Amino acid sequence: MTASVDELHLIARRIRKTVLELSHRAGTPHLGSSLSCVEMVTAAYWGGLNLDPAFAADVSRDRFILSKGHAATTLYAALAMKGFFPESWLEDYAKSGSPLGEHPSPGTPGIEMATGSLGHGLPVGIGLAMASRIQAHDNRVCVLMSDGECNEGSVWEGALFAPSQRLNRLTVMIDYNKWQATGRSDEVTALAPLCEKWSAFGWRAVEVDGHDVVTLSQWLNAPPDPDGRPTVLVAHTVKGKGVSFMEDDNNWHYRIPSSSELARALAELQPL
Amino acid sequence: MRNAFADEITTLAETDSRIVLLSGDIGNRLFNDFKERYPDRFYNTGVAEADMIGIAAGLALGGMKPVVYTIASFAVYRAYEQIRVDLCYPSLPVVIVGVGAGLGYASNGPTHHSCEDVAVLRALPNMTVLAPADAWELRSLLGAALQLSGPSYMRIGKKGEPLVHESRPAIQIGRPFELRTGNDVAILCSGTLLPQSLNVASELESTGVKTAVYSLHTIKPLDEMWLGRLFREVKLVVTIEEHSRIGGLGGAVAEWKADSFEANARLLRLGTPDQILHHSGEQEHAREMCGLTVEKMTNDIRQALSK
Repeated sequence: MTASVDELHLIARRIRKTVLELSHRAGTPHLGSSLSCVEMVTAAYWGGLNLDPAFAADVSRDRFILSKGHAATTLYAALAMKGFFPESWLEDYAKSGSPLGEHPSPGTPGIEMATGSLGHGLPVGIGLAMASRIQAHDNRVCVLMSDGECNEGSVWEGALFAPSQRLNRLTVMIDYNKWQATGRSDEVTALAPLCEKWSAFGWRAVEVDGHDVVTLSQWLNAPPDPDGRPTVLVAHTVKGKGVSFMEDDNNWHYRIPSSSELARALAELQPL
Repeated sequence: MRNAFADEITTLAETDSRIVLLSGDIGNRLFNDFKERYPDRFYNTGVAEADMIGIAAGLALGGMKPVVYTIASFAVYRAYEQIRVDLCYPSLPVVIVGVGAGLGYASNGPTHHSCEDVAVLRALPNMTVLAPADAWELRSLLGAALQLSGPSYMRIGKKGEPLVHESRPAIQIGRPFELRTGNDVAILCSGTLLPQSLNVASELESTGVKTAVYSLHTIKPLDEMWLGRLFREVKLVVTIEEHSRIGGLGGAVAEWKADSFEANARLLRLGTPDQILHHSGEQEHAREMCGLTVEKMTNDIRQALSK
């Protein structure tokens, strides 16, 4: 782990603040989804993987894919703090001509692939892990998906294939916030029991607290599974986490915070 | 053609250690030699075409040169959004080889027919669309496709297609290949109907209609400068393809012609009709049903000339 526990918590609060401000300023949705994966993104960039602009052109670098591309603001906040692009870029987020759109676009520093259409990250992550193995690189590949994303057939095509290849340097994190755009994710499809499904597919499947940045970091740093299985962290989270009046309220999938709501939300994040 | 593909990719993989071959659970024994020589560069990704395209994208991002091989209809229609988002959006160098394109799997029924693949892939930015006429063109184009910096799709036949060329032709992506000259009619053929196209030209020639034939192995990008010259030189340009008249080579040339103010020649598009072929039958039968025989195509051209 490269950052201390206190630092990890501070970084997560700063990312939350940026996410709230960006949604308010640009008037863009998916705030609840962005808030629920803050600790996972923090763990990836500061607690587990080796993600640094210095290695941006190194083909054997660790890879992080935000497959739930609608949480772009969380990723942008992390990339700016990590120095992939100037923090000033955030000011133009989602404005005409900005490289930072509502969904991540390849070619933007730190963005590995286009996401926004769900179910793309896992197959691409599998291909990256296979390329590393062919070339004898020992880097890690991490894909962050949403629970609603698990509706997509391509997720389960990948879930079937990755264990057959024994890709134990591949880790999937599922932001299991129990909501998708218009309903409870366990009701829209028979998602539960989610961890058991992945386990039955041949993955090292672990249920974790998706807001426990320390445990998440430890798992991302864990040695590859000795049995060759890829790892999936089924991370229980709360949609809208960190802002009391947004937590577990699916209206914040699309709602934009007003100025007073932003002020109330930021006040809850203290101390920064 | 599939044997030529297997042989050529096995040879190319010898000198380029970045080539990785993905198969969608087809061609079991076809790739035995490849698998034996490069065991860590062949993967049967299963009956999961969407996943296969995503995996190819990941391999390309990780520095490899993936070649994806499966039945054309599944590679294209099943995985279209993955092709668009994972390959075309970032413009990754992945070669998709669709076997049995057009009516190559005619006897398997309409689930296996692929007469709209060019139309849908041609619409995607950054995509190169190739249709070799025979095994020799396939060999030339495969090596060239692997040198591209972006994605490409090569629709190929299945097995036993007659050879048009006697050896590897000096063809380049984007440049039509001339097989015979003539200044009355020019036949532009993409794909495996090229032998029939040459026979049509001979038939026309026997009644004094001087007919040129070109292999339009590259449907995208079109050589627009060359088209401009051609449409000034001949009276009638005919496109022939085992593909729908909507959106294939004929569609591409028609789109270009619509925007060209100097395209004097008329255009006749021959291809498959806008319908599902419900009848069972082999490829020759299906071609007959679609009017893609030498006799029917010759008559169509004569009629067009008489109007």
